[in-house]
Order: sequence, then structure tokens, then C-alpha cells
Amino acid sequence: MRNWLRSACAASLGLALAAIAAGGQARTYRAPRTADGKPNFNGIWQALNEAYWDIEAHAAAPSPVLELGAAHAVAGGLSIIDGGTIPYKPEALAKKQENYANRLKLDPEIKCYLPGVPRANYIPYPFQIVQGPKYIMMVYTFAGAVRTIYMDEHKEAPADSWMGWSNGHWEGETLVVDTTGFNDQTWFDRAGNFHSDALHVVERFTAASPDHLLYEATIEDPNVFTRPWKISMPLYRRLEKNAQLMEFSCVEFVEELMYGHLRKKPSR
Amino acid sequence: MSHRCLVPASGFALAAAVVWLSTIPAAGQARPAGARTTGSQATAYTAPRTPDGQPDLQGFWTNATYTPLERPKNVTKEFYTREEALEIAKRAASQEAEQTEPGTVADVHYDFTQFGLDKSQGAMALNLRTSLIVDPPEGRLPPLSAEGTRRAAERDAARKSRGGPHDAVQNEPLSARCIRMDRNGPPMLGGAYNNTYQIMQTPGQVMILTEMLHEARIVPLDGRPHLPPNVRQWAGSYRGHWEGQTLVIDTTNLTDKFAFQGASENMHLTERFTRVDAETIRYQFTVEDPSTWTRPWSAEVLWKKDIGPIFEHACHEGNYGLYNTLAGARAEEKRAAEEAAKKKSPK
Repeated sequence: MRNWLRSACAASLGLALAAIAAGGQARTYRAPRTADGKPNFNGIWQALNEAYWDIEAHAAAPSPVLELGAAHAVAGGLSIIDGGTIPYKPEALAKKQENYANRLKLDPEIKCYLPGVPRANYIPYPFQIVQGPKYIMMVYTFAGAVRTIYMDEHKEAPADSWMGWSNGHWEGETLVVDTTGFNDQTWFDRAGNFHSDALHVVERFTAASPDHLLYEATIEDPNVFTRPWKISMPLYRRLEKNAQLMEFSCVEFVEELMYGHLRKKPSR
Repeated sequence: MSHRCLVPASGFALAAAVVWLSTIPAAGQARPAGARTTGSQATAYTAPRTPDGQPDLQGFWTNATYTPLERPKNVTKEFYTREEALEIAKRAASQEAEQTEPGTVADVHYDFTQFGLDKSQGAMALNLRTSLIVDPPEGRLPPLSAEGTRRAAERDAARKSRGGPHDAVQNEPLSARCIRMDRNGPPMLGGAYNNTYQIMQTPGQVMILTEMLHEARIVPLDGRPHLPPNVRQWAGSYRGHWEGQTLVIDTTNLTDKFAFQGASENMHLTERFTRVDAETIRYQFTVEDPSTWTRPWSAEVLWKKDIGPIFEHACHEGNYGLYNTLAGARAEEKRAAEEAAKKKSPK
């Protein structure tokens, strides 16, 4: 009896150690299932970090708009990148720095353009997953962006687009989304980190608890980077009672900024 | 999207007629001429169920139609015969082919027919009705209330005070600004092209994705209250429930800026979705707004099963037309001013 207890304790300790060795993540978590037996990711999710300012490590900094003072100052944050930095080719790094210097003019977020991938997932607004067997929809607050993940009609992107063309499949507990067919107009953050139209993103969404997903993305673009690189972060479920996506129809917010100079001058 | 057969312009009229005839019968059978349909009418068809027991509305649908919202003034009957409806459709299709006659203003826009965007090349349910409005029975919008008349005059005056249609971006129509299309509504009405929707259902919610402006309405079915009245949205506050075979969406909290058919922000919209056969959803809506109309009014549109996928409609991102309209207007003013100056002080 005592021996049995001892070996049981040793076994559970072993399991616990194994879990810790796997990186501290609860790899053994099994998500509730949808009617077709897949991990159920239906819900409203949101990143909770400062990567939307800069996906690399960065200190707090003043707002680029004087009038906004501390209210729109840059929040410091750690890198979300494996290894810390983006492996830019030298000429691409120069372009990134130029983007940063001209970010108020160039950042597509400022113009309410569709945010692209992976930026849509950590831009500071919630998004909703609507999950069916054939299609998994990712519906974003920002600009009302929508992605369709095709689960069984895999095909090549018919044309380039802002949010790309996404083919998905399940690997056990993980939703794997392979996205290509991007244009070269979106950025990774507000710091001017960018890509070309050769961008290829493979994302992995894995439930880690009832209320958070582990999000990982491998980013490949031989025109801009010397090698593929990886980002990761948790995505948290919005748990408020009656949580819902609110409309963020930002086109009307940017019209004066984009077209104000074309307003008719009052006649003298 | 629609059935995208690429038809050279020359062969268009014939091809359009062929596509049309081939898409009509199934929907036509569901609509016996003379039948009066209301929300309370039971349908013989029973929709398949989703795993959680909702009637299944899922798939791709189109609300393309040649039927006008209001009954034409010279028409007195509620329904056309099948032959009349087909003749009207054929005539409308041939007008779509003519819209981009070279050298005309319309030709500056891309050619709807070239990419199969126009209605005649896509799926369409045959609607024998002479108007989408079914109530009032005259098929036309009810008279404006006193308040509605006053507001219409005020809006008109406000519009004029803002200057000409191209004086500023805010004076352009919402559709040209990529803010709101008639396909979005709500209520959702077909337009000249891209009348495609996708419905998905998961336990406790229904998603209606409008291809135009990539707008997804995720409608909760859990009986939660509406948004607080101070929160106004283009799509409003939308809450759904099932009444037998019919999905009912109740919408409030709309914005004064949309002004559907002249409505106020107090407009209360009830939309009803019922599958009437394997290929067709009957989409009915009722508009209640005593501050605009003397009585509520209702319309009915048939949504026909369509094929996917839905593509990304990045309207604002590629809105060169809006920029060029405004820049063109300023260039013309500059030229006119220069010519006027020349006339004043001849060398």
C-alpha cells in the first residue's frame, strides 16, 4: 500500500515536471468541442500587450502627436519575437527606419486601412472567432476586417489582398492557418516594421485554458528577411457579461485627414 | 460571389438571357402568382437543422433583384405573370449591357458586365411582385408624418448649406465614401452588383456577412438587452430570436447619419428570415418610425442560393474614384477662375 502510494506520487510528480519542462504551458489542456468534434474557439479574443506599438522590445516614448501628450504616448513593451529582433536584410532595415521616421504619413492604421496579418490579431481591439466545419471566420473590430479560413476548400490565393487568403487545418488541439496572397501595403505595428507581397504567414492557435489561446505565427518573406522568424503571445477571452464587438467604422474618422486638403476654398 | 461566367460584351445579351432562364425555375415555383405572403404565413418547406437545432440558413446567398422597392406609378397590380416578369428581366439585363457604352460618363467606371459583376450574369430569384414593398398594399412608401416632412426639409436645407456635392468629402454620398451601401442596410437591399451574403450559425448566434464593405453582423440569440440608447451605430443594436422556422432580428440604436429612405434615428427595424425552399430565403422587413411615416411599412425580398467564395471588398483602401472626384472638382474651379481672370484683364 505504502509502496503503491509512493509510486503514484512519483508518477504525478513526473507528470508535473514534464509539464514544466514543456515550457510551463499547459500542453495537456483539452478544449471543449464543437458539434463536429473540433476544439471550440468560438468567442471574443484580444491580445494584452504593447506589440501594436512595436513588436520588438521598446521603451516608453512620447506620442508622435504633440497635442495628445501622455494619452497617446508609446507604452513600453517586450519583444514578441523568438530571439528578440526581426532578421531584416540590410536594405530592408533602412526602409523600416524610413517608415518609422515617416510613420504619421505612412502607417496604414492611421488611414483606417485593413490591418493585415498578423497585425490584426494584436492591434488593441477585440476580435471574434465564428467557427464552422468548413469556414472559420475571424471578425475584427478594427476597420471591420474579416478573414475567412477555408478548412476544406484549400486553394491558392486568387488575387492579392490586404488580409490574405487563408487555408486552415487542425493538428490535434491546434488550428493551423496558412496565409498567402498578401499585398505589400500592411505593416506589423506602428513602428514601421513591414513586409513585401511575398509574405507567407503560418499561424497556430492552441487553447491553453478555457479562457486563453496560445497564438504563434511564423513569418516568411525572402524579399525582406534573411530567414523565417516567429512571434508568440497569449490571446485572452473577453469575459464581460454580454461582451460583443462594437462597431469601429473608422473610414469616416479619417476622411478629413485624407481628403480635407481637397475641400473647396471659400470664394473671396 | 455570383456565377462568374466571363462573357464578351458582344455576346452579352444572349448569354444573359440563357443564364437567366436557367436560374429562374426553382425560385419561381416557390412563388405561386397571386399568393399573398406575410410573416405569419406557414411554409410547407421545413429547413434542415443545425447540430444545435436552429433552422439552417447557412451558406452563400444573393438578394439581387430587378424588382423596385416601390411599385412603378403605371402599374396597379401586385404581381406580374411569369411571362411579364421574364420580359422585364430581359429588358433590365440589356440595359446593364449598355451602361458602359464607350465615350459615355458611365464608361469611366469599370465594366460590371466584364467581370460578371452585374446582376444578369449571377444567380437571382425570380420575384413576381411588382414592388418589394408589400405593405401598404399600394406597394409604395406611406405618406410622411408632419415631423417627417419637417425633418426632410431641414435635412435638405442643411445639405444645401454645406455647398455642392463635390465641395467636400463629407458632401459625397455614403456609398462613394465606402461608409455604407444599400447592400449593408440595415435593412439589406440589393444593388447594381456584389449582392452576396454569407450566413453562418453557431450555438447562440447567427453571423450575416455582407460582401460589400466586408461587414459581419454577429447577431446574439441569447435574449440580452439592446445597447444603451446613447450608443448609435451604422448597423444599430441587433438582437435575434427564432419564431418557429423564422429568424427574427430586432434592430434599434441606428444613426441619424444613415437615414434609410429618410428615416430618423428612432427607426425600429424587424427583419425576418425564412427558408421557403432549398434554394430560397424569404427576407421580410418592417420599418416602424412614427417620427417619419404615418404608418409602419414592410417589404419582402427573395434571397437565392449562391456560390462562394466571398472576396475581400477593400473599398476605402482603393477609393481612387473619391480622390479623383474631389481633385477634379478643384481643378475645374481653378481653370474656371483662370479663364475668368483672363477675360477681366486681356493683354
